[in-house]
Amino acid sequence: MSSQSAPASRGFVHRRRRGAELALLLLSLAVGIGAYLAVGLGVDGTVPVDLLTYGAWLALLVIACHVVIRLVAPYADPVLLPVVSSLNGLGLAVIHRIDLANEAKGSGFGPFAGTQLTWMTLGAGLFVAVLLLLRDHRRLQSLTYTAGLAAIVLLLMPLVPGLGRTINGSRIWIGVGPFSFQPGEVAKVLLVVAFAGYLVVHRDALALAGRRFLFVDLPRGRDLGPIVAMWLISLGILVFQRDLGSSLLFFGLFLVMLYIATERPGWLVVGGALFVGGAYAGWLALSHVQARVAAWLDPFGSDVDAYQLVQGLYGMAWGGLVGRGLGQGRPDITPLSWSDFIVTAIGEELGLTGVMAVILLYGILVERALRTALICRDNFGKLMAAGLGVVVALQVFVVIGGVTRLIPLTGLTTPFLSQGGSSLIANWVIVALLVRISDQARRPPPQLLSSDDDDADATQVVRMR
Amino acid sequence: MSELTLVLIRFAYLAILWILVLSCISVIRSDMFGARVPREAGRSDRRSDRRSERRSDKRKQAKGGRPKRGAPTAVAIVEGAQAGETVSLEQAPLLIGRGHDAAIRLDDDYVSTRHARIGVSGDQWYVEDLGSTNGTYVGSSRITQPTALQLGTRVRIGKTVLELRK
Repeated sequence: MSSQSAPASRGFVHRRRRGAELALLLLSLAVGIGAYLAVGLGVDGTVPVDLLTYGAWLALLVIACHVVIRLVAPYADPVLLPVVSSLNGLGLAVIHRIDLANEAKGSGFGPFAGTQLTWMTLGAGLFVAVLLLLRDHRRLQSLTYTAGLAAIVLLLMPLVPGLGRTINGSRIWIGVGPFSFQPGEVAKVLLVVAFAGYLVVHRDALALAGRRFLFVDLPRGRDLGPIVAMWLISLGILVFQRDLGSSLLFFGLFLVMLYIATERPGWLVVGGALFVGGAYAGWLALSHVQARVAAWLDPFGSDVDAYQLVQGLYGMAWGGLVGRGLGQGRPDITPLSWSDFIVTAIGEELGLTGVMAVILLYGILVERALRTALICRDNFGKLMAAGLGVVVALQVFVVIGGVTRLIPLTGLTTPFLSQGGSSLIANWVIVALLVRISDQARRPPPQLLSSDDDDADATQVVRMR
Repeated sequence: MSELTLVLIRFAYLAILWILVLSCISVIRSDMFGARVPREAGRSDRRSDRRSERRSDKRKQAKGGRPKRGAPTAVAIVEGAQAGETVSLEQAPLLIGRGHDAAIRLDDDYVSTRHARIGVSGDQWYVEDLGSTNGTYVGSSRITQPTALQLGTRVRIGKTVLELRK
């Protein structure tokens, strides 16, 4: 990882761009509220009666976030919040649309949109709270091991008898009374903090010690410890919680962060080999992995149970290039189209054009995270921003790749779109952290004489306030 | 709701979605260029860009119009493998180190990638160590904080000695 912050040191000053953010936010509200309006017109042929209250609530949430950014993070990246608010608004409208279809059919599922809006409100509240309480992301570095421990405890919680719940074959939920929660979603944020804090201290040992073997720089045996431990944890999740998606996410996240921290492709070779070995072993040993691979290779085969995947594919094919129009398709035929398969619902009603726009929005989000990592002045912030971007990127890749049959389907939520409270609030926290880091990164560099911030780059001192 | 209206709504919505995507990209594009202001003006972040631009123009004129007598204009390497080289101070602050992005690049095993920095505050020049492994010495003492430089003060970095020249 290069410790240079290229543009910041050359008399290049980022503008604040808060006005641009506001303009983009208004456009993103048009996307969210417009989708709700189009759903109402498409399904019932009338303007929804609660359009004004719904729109006002959405606008209130988004504008409140914007005002808080203006107050406490004035240099933050202007594109992050609009992208998130448009994805979330679109997701809400599509979930509402599937609710209407489920209601008409009397399938007994849902409605989900109301609770999703509550979770979004909570997510926006957490966004504001993170920005207000965390004024300097480097304070998180002192929580490296606390965060790691908390993440492992959260990951193990679903396995506790009486607390954990098995839904759809995966034991990744905990239930307290009527509420269920996926602790793995919160754990992924904590793991990014823990990995970043660990790697920023140990990256020299990981990068410099090692020997060359067959043109690949292999790391030293004792430095392999953490990566092997991480591999075992992800395999444990795979085996005991039957959750392919999360194990893939955590292992991939650790591998990419290790690569970013050390700049050594050897880690990718080692990690890739471990991944292939683990995946093959999982395929041999676990029947549900075999079923997923079989459905991926031949979903239309007669002896394969791939109803969901096939319905999703039919839906996207029916949508074609420009879609059926919101409210005009049949996205409710696909099971779980409001959560894992929401992309196929968007593909059916907005077509390839809409799905491409959604994927591009995710691309922009990830690009801004990586750009923040590039211009950030301290290594911890660099690693954390890159890690948070990678979490979103991997999650989008795994779930959209899964439903479009690029890779075997593994259950993960689509960030900001899918129904699911734990995922939504975790992703809002991720964006809040990105906003905080980008504010620090884009702020004009402090004066030479009082440049404690620049020292932190080289000496990695966490300044406590 | 007629068929035509629904088709129009469908395309209008797709258009809004893409307008959002393209506006995001255009904001990113304009963001790449930033506000290009000299370092001194960069500090006046509370003021608008235009004002700081004007300020910096004035400053440049003042600098170019009558250069102060006795003000250093260059750093010279006086000892070490690269002895004899000089680097202009115009683009201060100058980064000294072994890295490829350093303004003064020293090919010396005892120099860190980002070793030290020479900068200016008002009329006073400073050298600042950036957490290097082997340290930066002014005279015979290793510096721990930004240290003022006069013309001819010897700054030792690794096997190299630098000084400010007129």
